[in-house]
Amino acid sequence: MRVELVRRPHPSALYGALSPFLALLITATLGAIMFAILGKAPHLALYAYFIEPLTEVWSLHELLVKAAPLILIAIGLSVCFLSNNWNIGAEGQFIIGAIFGSVLPVMFPEFRGPFVLPIMLLMGILGGMTYAAIPALLKAKLNTNEILSSLMLVYVAQLFLDWLVRGPWRNPQGFNFPESRNFHADAVLPEVISASGRAHYGFVFAIIAAVVMWYILNRTLKGFEIRVMGQSPRAGRFAGFSRAGTILTTFLIAGGLAGLAGISEVSGAIGQLRPVISPGYGFTAIIVAFLGRLNPLGIVAAGLVLALSYLGGEAAQISLGVSNKVANVFQGILLFSVLACDTLIHYRVRIAGRPSAEGQGV
Amino acid sequence: MSDTDEPPTLQNTLLKVEGITKTFGTLKANDRVDFDIVPGEIHALLGENGAGKSTLVKMLFGSLQPDSGTIKWRGQPVTISDPMDARALGIGMVFQHFSLFESLSAAENIALSLGGEVSLSRTAAEAKRVSDEYGLPIHPDRLVGELSVGERQRIEIVRCLLQQPELIILDEPTSVLTPQEAEKLFATLEKVRREGKSILYISHRLEEVQRLCDRATVLRLGRVVAHCDPRAETAKSLAAMMVGEDIHDVDRRKAVPKEPAKQQPVLVIDDLSQPPTGPFAVALRNVALEVFPGEVVGIAGIAGNGQSEFFEAVSGERLQDRPERIRIRGKNAGHDGPSGRRRLGAAFSPEERLGHGAVPGFSLSENLLLSRHATDGKTYVGALGTIKSRALTSALERIVQALDVRKSEADPLASSLSGGNLQKLILGREFDRAPALLIANQPTWGVDAGAAAHIRQEVIDLARAGSGVLVISQDLDELLEMADRIAVMSDGRLSETIPTETVTREALGLMMGGAGNGEASAKNSPMLPEGTI
Repeated sequence: MRVELVRRPHPSALYGALSPFLALLITATLGAIMFAILGKAPHLALYAYFIEPLTEVWSLHELLVKAAPLILIAIGLSVCFLSNNWNIGAEGQFIIGAIFGSVLPVMFPEFRGPFVLPIMLLMGILGGMTYAAIPALLKAKLNTNEILSSLMLVYVAQLFLDWLVRGPWRNPQGFNFPESRNFHADAVLPEVISASGRAHYGFVFAIIAAVVMWYILNRTLKGFEIRVMGQSPRAGRFAGFSRAGTILTTFLIAGGLAGLAGISEVSGAIGQLRPVISPGYGFTAIIVAFLGRLNPLGIVAAGLVLALSYLGGEAAQISLGVSNKVANVFQGILLFSVLACDTLIHYRVRIAGRPSAEGQGV
Repeated sequence: MSDTDEPPTLQNTLLKVEGITKTFGTLKANDRVDFDIVPGEIHALLGENGAGKSTLVKMLFGSLQPDSGTIKWRGQPVTISDPMDARALGIGMVFQHFSLFESLSAAENIALSLGGEVSLSRTAAEAKRVSDEYGLPIHPDRLVGELSVGERQRIEIVRCLLQQPELIILDEPTSVLTPQEAEKLFATLEKVRREGKSILYISHRLEEVQRLCDRATVLRLGRVVAHCDPRAETAKSLAAMMVGEDIHDVDRRKAVPKEPAKQQPVLVIDDLSQPPTGPFAVALRNVALEVFPGEVVGIAGIAGNGQSEFFEAVSGERLQDRPERIRIRGKNAGHDGPSGRRRLGAAFSPEERLGHGAVPGFSLSENLLLSRHATDGKTYVGALGTIKSRALTSALERIVQALDVRKSEADPLASSLSGGNLQKLILGREFDRAPALLIANQPTWGVDAGAAAHIRQEVIDLARAGSGVLVISQDLDELLEMADRIAVMSDGRLSETIPTETVTREALGLMMGGAGNGEASAKNSPMLPEGTI
C-alpha cells in the first residue's frame, strides 16, 4: 500500500476554509499526547492551556496585548509572502522600530506634550522601514537571498538593543540594571479601557491595519500588482510592473508595520527599553500569517489564537508546573500542521494499491 | 515490452473504444464515442476546441475515467486508472503543453519518467541512440529551460519512444515546427509506423492529416461525426465536418493600402543588437524593421532563433541601450517599459499564454487589467488606485462577445480556459482598445482551425482599419495567409522583408535554416533540414 498526493484540477474551497481548523485540531491532539507523556492529565492540561486564559477579563486584555504585535507584524509579512518575498526578519524590524521610536522619551525626556506619542509612532514605523530596506535593496540590486539577509539582521538588531540598554541608554537612576529610563506619561500608549485591563491602542492599530491592508490587497491596483508579482513574475513584467519596486514596497510595508508593533509594545506594554522586548513575536508572526491564509482579516483571528498559545504557556507554567517552552512546542506543531493541511487544498490523498515508479501530473 | 508485434492487419485491432461517455456537470464532453486503431496505423483525431479530443485522450492515457463505455486493448477490456497503467499497456503520450521540468536537463527529465533504476549516463546514452535512430536531434545534457520549443518536443518524443510503446498519442505535434522540421517529424512517424507501432495523431492541420494519416475520426461537440479516409477527402470537406459548417477563408485582400511608404511607420526598429540574457539565450544582431499602418508584417523562423528575445525587446520587458533604437509612432521608446510603450499605442500578445500573457490563478477580468491598467487607467482604476471591477466585468463581456470566447462560468480562472479560448481573450483585450500597433508572438499555436481562422481575420481587420501589425510565427501557412511582407529570423538576425506575393515556402525554409542573406552557415542550426547531423 502506498499513499500518494494527486493534484486537484481546481483548488478545493472546502479545504481552503477547513484547513486552519483541521490544523488546530491536529495541534490539540498532539498537544494532548505531549502532556500525557509529561505525566499530566491531557484534558486538564488542555483546559489550563487553551480555555482558562479566556475565562477572566484581565487575561482577555492580556490576550489583546499579545495579539496586537503578532497581528501587525503578520499583516506586513503576508504582503511580503504574497509577492514571493520571504522576509524572515520581522523580529529585527520590530526591535529597530522600538529603538527609533524610543529616541524621544529616552534621549529627550524633557520634551513633552501631545506631539510626543505621534512622533514616536512615526519614528517607530520609519525605523522598521529603514531596517527592512536593507534586505530589500540587497535583493533588488544584487539578487541577494532575502531569507538569509533579513534573518541575520535580526541578530544584529538584538545585539544592538542589548548594547544600547547596557551602555549609552542605560537608565541613570536605574541602579545599573540594563534598562532604559522609564517613559514619561506623554510617551506611553494609553490603554483602551484602563479600568478593566492593560490592552492598549496597539490592538486598535492592528485592526485598522488589517482592514486597510485587506482593502489594498483585494481592491486596489497596488494590491493587484503585489499579487501578480507573487504568482507570476513574468506576467507582472509583461504588465509593466517593476520587480525592484515591488520588492521595496512590500518590504517597506512589512518593516513599517513591524516597527509600529515594536514601538507600540515598548510604549504600551513595557514602558521602557530592555535587553529583550519580544518573546519572538517576529517569528511567531510567520505562523500567524500562514494560519490566517495570508489574508489580513484571517490574520486577526490567527493572531488571537497564537496569542493564546503564549498566555496558555504562562498559565500552564503556573498551574501545571511545565516549562513555558511548551508554548514554543505548540507553535511549532501548529505551523507544521497548517502547512501540511494546506496541501489538501491543492492535492487529494489517494491510497494506491500497488507501488510504481512515478507520479504523473497531467 | 515484447518484440513480437502482430502484423498490421485490420483484423486484430490494437485499441478499440466503444461507447465512451464522459460528463462534466451538465456538459457531455464525450458522448458514445467509438473508434479503433489497428497496428501500424496513423489515426487522426480531428475536432475543434471543445470537441472532446483532450477528454478522450486523457481517458486513453488514464488521467480521466470514463463514465460508461469500454476500452479494449488487443481485444481485452481494460481499465486504465492512471498514466502508469497506460504506459504498462504500451500507450505513450506526447503532450501539447510539454510536461518537462525546465530546471532539469533533458536526460534527467527522461530518467524521471523511466523510473529511477537506470543510471543517468545510461539514460543519456539510450536517449542519444533513440534520437539518432529516429532522426530526432537532442542535447541530453542541456537544461530544458534553455531549449527551443522544437527541441523540447523532440525530447518528449524520445522519452516516449524509450518506453517502447505500441501506441503513441501526439497532441498537435507540428504546431511549433518549420516545414522542414515537420518533414523530419513525419519521417520519424513513418518509421515508427513501419515498425508496426500505431499513432493517434491529433491535429488541426488538415493537409498533414491527409498526407500522413491512414484513417481519421472526426469529433464535434463530443460526438463522432465521421470516420473517414482523409486521403479521399479535401481539406475543406474535413474542416466542414469538424466545424459543422463551411469555414470561411481568411480574407486578406479586403483593402490593401497603397504605398505604405508614404505614411509614417508605427514601429521603427533601428539596428537593435543586444547580448544574450542567459547561457543558451540568443543574441539579437543588427535587427532593423519598419511596420506601417494598415499592413501585417510577418516574422518567420524556427523556434529558438531569437524570436522570444526579440519580442521581449520590442515589448519593453527588456530595455534598449538607446531610446531611439525603438520608435513607436515616431516617439523614442527604447527606454520605456511595457506600460510606456502601451501608452504610445502599442499592444502585445506573448507566446506563452499562462504565466506570461495571463496569470493562471487569476480570474479573466483580473487578467484584463494586466495589460490595460496603464492605458485605460481612468476606466478601470478609480481614485486611490481602487479597481473598478464592474467596468472590468463589462469589458470582459464585450471581449467575450466580440471574439466568441467560450467559458464555463461568468468569470473563471485563466487556467481553466482552453488554449484557443485564452488566446482569443489575450488578443481580444488588446483589440478592444484599438491599438495603433499590435505585436503578436505565435498568435494561433495550438489553436484549432475554426478559432485560428477567426483570430487571423481579426488581426487582419485590425490592420485594415489602420493599425500596424507585427506577427511572429513559426507557422508558415499562417504568415502566408496573413502577412503582406515576411521577414525571417535566424540566429538573432532578421532578414529583409519580402512581399508575400513573391515569396515561396522553399525560399523561406532555406532562410530559416540560416541560408538567408547570403550567409549560409550550417554551424548554428542543429535543425537544418537536410543531412547535416
